[in-house]
Amino acid sequence: MVFFPHRHLLGIKGLTEQDITYLLDKADEAVKISRQREKKTSTLRGLTQINLFFEASTRTQASFELAGKRLGADVMNMSVGNSSVKKGETLIDTAMTLNAMRPDVLVLRHSSAGAAALLAQKVACSVVNAGDGQHEHPTQALLDALTIRRAKGKLSRIIVAICGDVLHSRVARSNILLLNAMGARVRVVAPSTLLPSGIRDMSVEVFHSMEEGLKDADVVMMLRLQRERMAGAFVPSVREYFHFFGLDAEKLKAAKEDALVMHPGPMNRGVEIASEVADGPQSVIEQQVEMGVAVRMAVMETLLVSQNQGERA
Amino acid sequence: MSPATPNPALPTTTVLKNVRIIDPSRRLDETGTIIIGEDGRILAAGSDAQNQGVPDGATVRDCRGLVATPGLVDARVYLGEPGAEHRETIESASRAAAAGGITSFIMMPDTDPVLDDIALVEFVQKTARDKAVVNVHPAAALTKGLAGIEMTEIGLLQRSGAVAFTNGRHGLNDTLLLRRAMTYAREFDAVISLELREKYLGNGVMNEGLFASWLGLSGVPKEAEIIPLERDLRIAGLTRAKYHAAKISVAESAEAIRVARARGVNATCGVSINHLSLNENDIGEYRTFFKLSPPLRSEDDRVAMADAVADGTIDIIVSSHDPQDVDTKRLPFGDAEDGAIGLETMLAAALRLHHDSRVPLMRLIDAMSTRPAHVFGLDAGTLKPGAKADITLIDLDEPWIVAKDMLLSRSKNTPFEDARFSGRAVATYVGGRCVYSL
Repeated sequence: MVFFPHRHLLGIKGLTEQDITYLLDKADEAVKISRQREKKTSTLRGLTQINLFFEASTRTQASFELAGKRLGADVMNMSVGNSSVKKGETLIDTAMTLNAMRPDVLVLRHSSAGAAALLAQKVACSVVNAGDGQHEHPTQALLDALTIRRAKGKLSRIIVAICGDVLHSRVARSNILLLNAMGARVRVVAPSTLLPSGIRDMSVEVFHSMEEGLKDADVVMMLRLQRERMAGAFVPSVREYFHFFGLDAEKLKAAKEDALVMHPGPMNRGVEIASEVADGPQSVIEQQVEMGVAVRMAVMETLLVSQNQGERA
Repeated sequence: MSPATPNPALPTTTVLKNVRIIDPSRRLDETGTIIIGEDGRILAAGSDAQNQGVPDGATVRDCRGLVATPGLVDARVYLGEPGAEHRETIESASRAAAAGGITSFIMMPDTDPVLDDIALVEFVQKTARDKAVVNVHPAAALTKGLAGIEMTEIGLLQRSGAVAFTNGRHGLNDTLLLRRAMTYAREFDAVISLELREKYLGNGVMNEGLFASWLGLSGVPKEAEIIPLERDLRIAGLTRAKYHAAKISVAESAEAIRVARARGVNATCGVSINHLSLNENDIGEYRTFFKLSPPLRSEDDRVAMADAVADGTIDIIVSSHDPQDVDTKRLPFGDAEDGAIGLETMLAAALRLHHDSRVPLMRLIDAMSTRPAHVFGLDAGTLKPGAKADITLIDLDEPWIVAKDMLLSRSKNTPFEDARFSGRAVATYVGGRCVYSL
């Protein structure tokens, strides 16, 4: 029986509560594997996974690579720096070339929104979106959800405050979709210049003050502010941004006492988050990294197994 | 759908009888006869024309159930010749135009090299004379290389046949240059036709709003169109030049045109057929054939554009035919070029507005024939006796489905692939000669 009726993971959009729960349950099992001394299984033995990264990302790429290897797949990494993409070959040409090598799953990171959807139309294998422009980053939202669920026991009716550069954040979009699908209450806290047009229709409560936005929150999810957006373009300065929107111990007091502090990494300490909080007792930032591997194992196993069953059907 | 083989026979008289004649230049809508003389001009068109009798040896076509209109005039067409002939040539575009019922079009100067010099304008005219099956009129660049820095030889270009001056796909950012160009153009009574996209605010890839936000695509707010439009209208008022806003897309722009006209500004405007037929939701999952400039707007704006055509605020409808290849379209949405082809589907898409009773048929034909001919001073847009016999024969209800393979354009980037239409051109006459027949 196929529990997960999707061939690709292009975004959280289109996933039901059941789909998400299925993946999170699977990921819980994968956590156990990663905590064993013998971490390698044979679930995906003989299958090929290609990580196609058009944007540098050490952490996400490493996480996907480990996930594949722990499932027993053969993993190949391709990043832009060493490929012909810089010589003008398009995403599609690269994809067709790789497709001809008959991989079973392509993991794509690309700077353009919609790149994963485009790729999925053109290749014969499963596609996992590892971040496409400012669109979605579904495995990040899943690992965040897994981290929260393990700490709080549930996702429904908890209050999650997503703080910072929502405008440019694919992490924020995927999290808003996922948390709403699971019945959480989602808030966004940011200066208006860092919020997308139409945010009030995205099923979130909008705040422009950390004190109000964090009040009684169960989870405080900080977003990274890209360096080029700090000085003048979207906010006047790092100093001013940190003063109003940087998470420090003082601002965190507004949230519930046992509120979780999360960050997708890499962090800008002293810009969006103070070290005292990032390294403090409420921080689950390291757990997020651990859950990342588990979630990616769950996703790839689910896609490849359901795909194989689809072929047999 | 295949191009009619050119009729090499000696000129004869052609008679179209039992045809419903819609001629906006005379506010005429009646059933009658059209007689085309051997010289390719209209001898008579109307209910009284049959009284003149049919000359001996005339070709007679019974057009019962069909509508005859002045040949359609498309005032905004981008081509690939010279420079990108793999996308579209003057000849291939002319055949696509004929299949769409279009008998005259104005070609934009966005070619390689840019049409900013009389030699290039003459090249276009010569190529059109030799190869095109419809009338092709060049619009010249308003600034050299479309760079927006120096004005071109407006007087000489006009004399060599340029019917309008435009900065093509590019906006014009230098307001002082705009003022000087408009002041200078006024002395030649030349039309300045501009697209509207503020350089900084208009730097996105689709309509700003909730849909763009979910897709993670950067938005183009409507203000990026309204601000340059308001500016242009002010400069047009100041210089008393003939100004044409090439493609508006939001309700507030139509309002700005209304207000400026009330102030006495000599302004006209157009809308692309895409903005009358489609909205931002058609982009779906990043479909790049729907990436246009201006971007497709909301459904409210689409309806407002149709209403503005109906009440005459928007003067003309254009195809904004813009052939693009896989190398410019098969890319992530934000990286793809703007533009869609439209010569072969403009009429059919416009007829939807007639079938929906949103725009009267007379006004639709006016907006695609008589009015653009008038705005750009072309010898077209009328079925008056003595006029050149450019005629489009239309079946208002013929059902058809757009199939990519059947398109005559060299590029296939149509946003209407697999669209179901009611109505199309069944024959197209240019100078009395049948250049297309279904």
